Amino acid sequence: MKERLRASLDVAGPLLGLLVVIVLFGVLAPDRFLSAYNLKTVLTQTVIVGLGAVGMTYVMIAGGIDLSIGSVIALASVVTAVLLRDGHGPLVALAGGVATGAAAGALNGLLVTRLGIVPFIVTLGTMGVARGVAKWLADEQTVRADAGWLGGLMTKTPDPAWLLLAKGVWIALGLAALMTLVLRRTVLGVHVFAVGSNEATARLCGVPVERVKLAVYTIAGVFAGLAGVLQFGRLTVGDPTTAIGLELDVIAAVVIGGASLSGGRGSITGALLGAFFMSVLANGCTLTGVPTYVQQILVGVIIVTAVALDRLRRR
Amino acid sequence: MRAMSEAPRLEMRGVEKRFGALVALSGVDLVVEAGEVHALIGQNGAGKSTLMKVLAGAVAADAGALRIDGAPYAPRGPADAIAAGVAMVYQELNLAPDLTVAQNLVLGRESSRLGWLRAAPDRARVERVLAVLARPELAPDRRVAELDPGARQLVEIGRALAFDARLVVLDEPTSSLSAAETSTLYGVIERLRADGVSIVYISHFLEEVKRVADRYTVLRDGATVAVGAVRDASVGSLVEAMVGRRLDEAYPPRPPSARGAPLLALDGLAGEPLPSQVSLTLHRGEVLGLAGLVGAGRTELLRAVFGLAPVRAGTVRVAGVEDRGRPTPARVRQGLGMVSEDRKEEGLALARSVAENLTLSSARPFSRGGWVRPAARDACAQRYIDALSIKTRGPAQPAGELSGGNQQKIAIARLLHQDADVLLLDEPTRGVDVGSKVEIYRLIGELAAKGKAVLVVSSYLPELLGVCDRIAVMHRGRLGPARPAAEWTEGALLDEATRGAA
Repeated sequence: MKERLRASLDVAGPLLGLLVVIVLFGVLAPDRFLSAYNLKTVLTQTVIVGLGAVGMTYVMIAGGIDLSIGSVIALASVVTAVLLRDGHGPLVALAGGVATGAAAGALNGLLVTRLGIVPFIVTLGTMGVARGVAKWLADEQTVRADAGWLGGLMTKTPDPAWLLLAKGVWIALGLAALMTLVLRRTVLGVHVFAVGSNEATARLCGVPVERVKLAVYTIAGVFAGLAGVLQFGRLTVGDPTTAIGLELDVIAAVVIGGASLSGGRGSITGALLGAFFMSVLANGCTLTGVPTYVQQILVGVIIVTAVALDRLRRR
Repeated sequence: MRAMSEAPRLEMRGVEKRFGALVALSGVDLVVEAGEVHALIGQNGAGKSTLMKVLAGAVAADAGALRIDGAPYAPRGPADAIAAGVAMVYQELNLAPDLTVAQNLVLGRESSRLGWLRAAPDRARVERVLAVLARPELAPDRRVAELDPGARQLVEIGRALAFDARLVVLDEPTSSLSAAETSTLYGVIERLRADGVSIVYISHFLEEVKRVADRYTVLRDGATVAVGAVRDASVGSLVEAMVGRRLDEAYPPRPPSARGAPLLALDGLAGEPLPSQVSLTLHRGEVLGLAGLVGAGRTELLRAVFGLAPVRAGTVRVAGVEDRGRPTPARVRQGLGMVSEDRKEEGLALARSVAENLTLSSARPFSRGGWVRPAARDACAQRYIDALSIKTRGPAQPAGELSGGNQQKIAIARLLHQDADVLLLDEPTRGVDVGSKVEIYRLIGELAAKGKAVLVVSSYLPELLGVCDRIAVMHRGRLGPARPAAEWTEGALLDEATRGAA
């Protein structure tokens, strides 16, 4: 089937790119790069960006953008730390972090739908607000707290050992699978694609466009909140200055994964491959002693090349 | 040999153009002399717009020859047209709203040296143009966004003056003008004619044509059918030429449908800004047609009813429940469905699959608790593909790859899927090939026979006469009384559309 083939080609790009860098660094630094330990490291490093990318995929398919993700991650990590410091249990802290993200996402959604301001501007504003609130809550310092079992979520050698990978990796993969299903197999998913593909058509068909938009920003917020909790787990402090500029990595991952900035296209699988691809690149460069500035140039070139190749293929 | 000065300003000979299976122009001749106001008239869809796009270089003709002042002219784009002295003033405005009147007047033709603007020559040009227009509201430093539509139209016309055009095309120039602005326009036309500039004047208002034009050309079904001097022609004879005797088209016989209870009743409905006053009653089993000129407010009426545009005044009554306007999702729940006149921009999500486009109006038959069963959805879509013989590789093919006729069938089938009781169809056969047209007509008849209520907006009069039970005419935002289709003729519809109800 032509359509099936086309759908599988959508993730072929990032997959191919990933294979190329793996082979490349596998040849350049076989013993260090191709070790189980290093794989665990890279996967764990991908979790935060990957979770952000799951939510961002929804927003971008619906034709929007969320620049506040990095700040919301920081805010959620601070909220989590503050709750723990004040004597609440890890579960309450986890729920608080995720709820913070959900609230921030819902705020984005409300501002976009009620005030009719373009998402870029709305989330540029909330990016600043969330960062500021995080610093205020944290008193402009890192918030120390006993992480409890939240600290164990991001350890590369998990307990129990048969899990092989950090729990955070499994959480991210499980949620990505769930959200892929939601995107492909629910009415909401169909509506997300419809709104991003042609908002006027969606309206004409009676799709509740505003509710769909509110939903995607809230989803993005929930995933940013969860990423914030895991970020806290990784650092074991609430850091209001963490994840600065992370939204750009997330957007890059989603775009490399085949999403279009104008909406209507994208996949979570692609976005995760994109996120993993960038982590592998960064990791490989570090192991082979390539300076950071070369990495940055490489990532920039790759983003533009990936989108250019994608356009070429679609003509 | 003819001297250059004796050659007509514009000569278009045997122009042909087809879009896929659709023949838009099949041998059009248009000759405009220097210093002449030449009216180009014809019904909607007669080919006027396409012909003017050929002239402007926006569309390339398949066959035919163009000459300007005797010199061959083959524009490959708007820049060639401007270079040849051809200025187009379209109905839809082509102004930059954030720039000033002065900036708009010289846009794209700014005087410059080494890339730096030279103010003096431009100011002189702008002042000259504004002196001709002589409208106090057209101050050079005012932003165009602050002007009302009529004044904007004058700015657009002023642009043609600023470029020293030799041939100016005015497409429905008075449709948004007030009486005072119209008389300004007539003054400008007089002035241009005195300067030897030629004008192609497109208008549906035949009285207006009688007043300003010297000669006329009538297009019908993509061909020139009449040419002559305006003073020798009566309004009646022009209408006759526009309507003509055409080949009988296949309007399939309607299955019998009994007119049932009222489903949709509008009382004094007004929109923002159009329509201004609409009352009608649509019954079960009935096909009601809305005739009128483009811009009369018919599309706006459907959009206001369907919740896509605000209701300013009046009421909507659906199956006995009265309201003052509801959002679209509520209308869909009430059993209303709409097919948009703009298939590409609004009607379909072209990048999405046939199945998704067919079923976007309702996921109920193949979903449970918000989860969609794709196999059931594709099966559901396949039923419509078969029932309407939609030509596609299958439910998963992107809708944008289908022909116009098949895309339109998807847009209509979506209302079937939604099981809408009231179907609002805006130009349902626009850009659709003849075969698909007949199938769409048959479908409309079948729906009425099943007790659905259908409201059809069409600018193609034979179509309205062929498929509707009753027809009402919209004129400048007001809807006239609905009368049985048998009581109408094309001439009577056209007459009421251009002049309003008696």
